[in-house]
Amino acid sequence: MADVKVVLPGDVVDTGAAAQEGAVLRLGPGLVQASERTSAAVAGVLHSDGDVWWVAGNRRRYVPAEGEPVVGVVVARHGEGYRVDIGSAHDALLPLLAFEGATKRNKPSLAVGTVVYGRVVVANSFMDPEIECYNSHTGKSEGYGELTGGFMFKCSLGLARRLIGSKAPVLAALGSDLPFEVAIGVNGRVWVSAEGPEKTVLVANAIRNSEYLDAKQCRQMVKELLDR
Amino acid sequence: MVAEIEPSNVESAFLLQALGKGIRVDGRGIHDYRRLRISCGPAAGMAEVHLGQTRVLARVSCEVTRPFPDRATEGIVQFSAELSSLAAPGLEGKTAQEVAIARMVERVIRQSRAVDTEALCILAGEKVWLVRLDLHFLDHDGNLMDAASIAAIAALKHFRRPDVTVDGENAIIHSVRERNPVPLSIHHTPICVSFGFFGGDLVVLDPSLLEEQTQQSSFTVTLNAHREICALNKAGGAPLSPKQIQRCIQIALVKVDEVNEKIQDALKASTA
Repeated sequence: MADVKVVLPGDVVDTGAAAQEGAVLRLGPGLVQASERTSAAVAGVLHSDGDVWWVAGNRRRYVPAEGEPVVGVVVARHGEGYRVDIGSAHDALLPLLAFEGATKRNKPSLAVGTVVYGRVVVANSFMDPEIECYNSHTGKSEGYGELTGGFMFKCSLGLARRLIGSKAPVLAALGSDLPFEVAIGVNGRVWVSAEGPEKTVLVANAIRNSEYLDAKQCRQMVKELLDR
Repeated sequence: MVAEIEPSNVESAFLLQALGKGIRVDGRGIHDYRRLRISCGPAAGMAEVHLGQTRVLARVSCEVTRPFPDRATEGIVQFSAELSSLAAPGLEGKTAQEVAIARMVERVIRQSRAVDTEALCILAGEKVWLVRLDLHFLDHDGNLMDAASIAAIAALKHFRRPDVTVDGENAIIHSVRERNPVPLSIHHTPICVSFGFFGGDLVVLDPSLLEEQTQQSSFTVTLNAHREICALNKAGGAPLSPKQIQRCIQIALVKVDEVNEKIQDALKASTA
């Protein structure tokens, strides 16, 4: 890659010709608009795809953003919902009825310590974040909900984003050799489940080890772990 | 103070299930240490220890001060530990753990007389060296105790204080340019080795954060290179049998030798 541009917080980002034509710019994570200018809010590599711009950095503390899938842990139950730790500065709220097919009479009851996979629906600087375990437009769970069995571990936010993005080589390499389930939260938490603890630990370790490896090294590393 | 975040049901249930089969969640063996990396320098008396994801920085500094009246010929060694939310979210203020670690490191190093305090005396009753050891916890992934003790001893061994000449009633402290600074006189190198107990015969070495949060009790053995026990620490938790303690000490003996070698290597690398 010839033109990798690294930005630091406060750097003014030159969005080039796209802005001058009066076209709509879409700012992704890590970019903020201040009057006429666009500047970076985090350190990372600047990316763009058409009119979409974002900064891909690597951190370990999560800042919620709308629409992102997260893995959280229930820390308390209130009258109106659960309080869920998603690794952000403030706990997220998960309404009691934000599950597939939940009604006032029939809704899931989660114990403190339960792990859930949800999507952030409210994220702004003035309110506590809110998540839901279904798609409120379709009413379907779409894979979200309580996660049972398996194991959850933490990783850097950069790794989590790479895992969830385009085909992560480590997941492809693992998937070709053993069946497993995985739920990736962009808040740096990954839940995995495979047959038996040995396999689950293997999958978890492979994912953790893949942080600084390219596709070829990932395949090699997975092979070594499987052969052991 | 924000309470430390408890592990989820999924994590603790899986950990116990896997441990029952002799598997640890990070793929280590039951009696394996995590990867230990020690780096000394660049400044004298600075040591950084990586124990897996756990990271501790130790810094030694010194100044001249008046001795305690009841110990006129002894220098002073001070310890402080700082465990902030830098290390892990949810840690804030003075936590019990921080105090426990500072006290343990102090006990291990001062009470086992690892540092020769009489060698820190400049003029009896007038001037002595005050050696200060600051421990900074940069990342918390369990077993801060071992990492802290290793960092502390490595930093003390790496430290050089300014040379002093005494002429009657006058003490001259030579700057680093005038005379080569001198190392502290250290008698032995006590090193902590921690174990986590999960009931029955389930014992793990070097518990990770998740293991620490799930374990029933912990046990720390402190040994030096001469195979002497300097301290034992068992703060609460389930009772242990003498047999288990014996076994832990046997394991610790092997580990302490490995750790000592690493400290020596790190010290050599920093002077090379």
